[in-house]
Amino acid sequence: MSEVKILGIESSCDETAAAVVVNGRDVRSNIISTQIPLHTLYGGVVPEIASRKHIERINQVIEEALKEADMELSDMDAIAVTYGPGLVGPLLVGVAEAKAISFAKNIPLVGVHHIEGHISANYIENKDLKPPFMCLVVSGGHTHLVRVLDYGKYEILGRTVDDAAGEAFDKVARAIGLGYPGGPKVEKAAKEGNPYAIQFPRAKVNGSEYDFSFSGLKSAVLNYINGAKMKGEEINTNDLAASFQKAVVDVLVDHAMHAIDEYGTDAFAIAGGVASNGALREAMRTACAKKGIPFYHPTPILCTDNAAMIGAAGYYEYMAGTRSGWDLNAVPNLKLGER
Amino acid sequence: MKILGIDSSGLVASVAVVEDKELLGEYTINYKKTHSQTLLPMLDELKQMLELDVDSIDAIAVAAGPGSFTGLRIGSATAKGLGLALEKPLVAVPTVDGLAWNLWGARTLICPIMDARRNQTYTGLYAFDEHQEFHVLVEQCAVDINEIVDQINERGEAVTFLGDGVPVFENIIAERVKVPYFFAPAGMNRQRASSLANLAMQYIKEGKTVSAADFRPDYLRLSQAERERLEAQRGAKE
Repeated sequence: MSEVKILGIESSCDETAAAVVVNGRDVRSNIISTQIPLHTLYGGVVPEIASRKHIERINQVIEEALKEADMELSDMDAIAVTYGPGLVGPLLVGVAEAKAISFAKNIPLVGVHHIEGHISANYIENKDLKPPFMCLVVSGGHTHLVRVLDYGKYEILGRTVDDAAGEAFDKVARAIGLGYPGGPKVEKAAKEGNPYAIQFPRAKVNGSEYDFSFSGLKSAVLNYINGAKMKGEEINTNDLAASFQKAVVDVLVDHAMHAIDEYGTDAFAIAGGVASNGALREAMRTACAKKGIPFYHPTPILCTDNAAMIGAAGYYEYMAGTRSGWDLNAVPNLKLGER
Repeated sequence: MKILGIDSSGLVASVAVVEDKELLGEYTINYKKTHSQTLLPMLDELKQMLELDVDSIDAIAVAAGPGSFTGLRIGSATAKGLGLALEKPLVAVPTVDGLAWNLWGARTLICPIMDARRNQTYTGLYAFDEHQEFHVLVEQCAVDINEIVDQINERGEAVTFLGDGVPVFENIIAERVKVPYFFAPAGMNRQRASSLANLAMQYIKEGKTVSAADFRPDYLRLSQAERERLEAQRGAKE
């Protein structure tokens, strides 16, 4: 089989990333330059600062990805770049850079959907995973329950109507003084806490069984903290983190299992930054095992925003004939399955 | 020596190819459409019309700021991507200097004014001497429009204004400028990639190039979050 080499570029939020991926599943390099320490000063991602940092790092990251893969630009069959959804300023940097490289070297350009990238991260380590399957994408910006009908073909069953799951982690972490980014910090505290100590609501969205809502849960946590403060009670941060995390995980698992019951599936996968949460993985693994369905998840480095997943998704788009023009623009609210 | 110029620092998107003393082609659009959708198609059009072998480009001149943050990002990332792919250096031309060069040989002072919102302007003051040497009298800066007007009045010499700040600050200029003043005409009063490329020739002779990897625009302004954080820190100290 001949080798199709894709240079992936990702800059939709606070990681500048580039990767070389062969035939969609063989990662030859995966370089990520994170800005997290910088944004920690502000308690969250500042779009303008993120955009400026991407500009400062993007060439080095791309050059490093090529060097580590021991390849040159002229070896590439296509350049795949995230063009949405995400923060418009950061997205524009990757898109303009990718277009310029593609133009200068006469290499086909493929615009990739960021969520499609996250889903495709599962292909990299699981060579046997092929559509159709069901996938839950959970990150700081997204919460999507998706049926992957074929490569590049998706049916969205549910999505968050307010905060993304990862966003809820960030906000709760800030409220209990754990800092940014919230996911790993809440998870760490939760390990020491009792998940049944505090009863938080498991929100349902009226009329749409598979949609998610996390803002009510976030408010319940904030109310709990305020209530305790008013009464002069000390808060057990670990119990709070564990109970909050359990509430999020319960809802995610519950929705996913309902969807499996209704639609059936040969396999279930999770993706996105929150997919590296150990409690979520364990709960999903157990729930899927009960149904006799194989469960997949990427390693943490492929859960976070990265370009290997864009190279993987880009490969399947490229093979399906997708090509982007010189007028490719950043689309901050790009819908999955749309172009 | 073949220079590709790129300027998307304002409402104008402009690309040009200058070879030594000749302008081979220039494409300038002063229209609302986002630069993200126009800049590369324009460059492609220019390439086709000129049958340009992109590998023959010796350096890429880019408007290095100030300007619209988004515009600077698109121009910068485009220039950096081209530089990376073609393995050619970049020439960072200060946006306001590039604008001033539009009025080569002017017999008045040259004062580009770009609208920087909040009554502020990105500006500077320039002149060509009797040998047509270009001089930077006031380096590009972000100031209140009244501040640059005061400086012009102090110098007491005639001045020509240009840039997208002209329609914005016309009334203030009419009210406050005490020296003879002029406005540059269409075709000369907005960013032009050919001016940028011309000025870049001079920079290259002086050895002032930058690698595509190291280039970053000079926004002349911090982001709002950084400003507020600094103000809060200052407040805490007082």
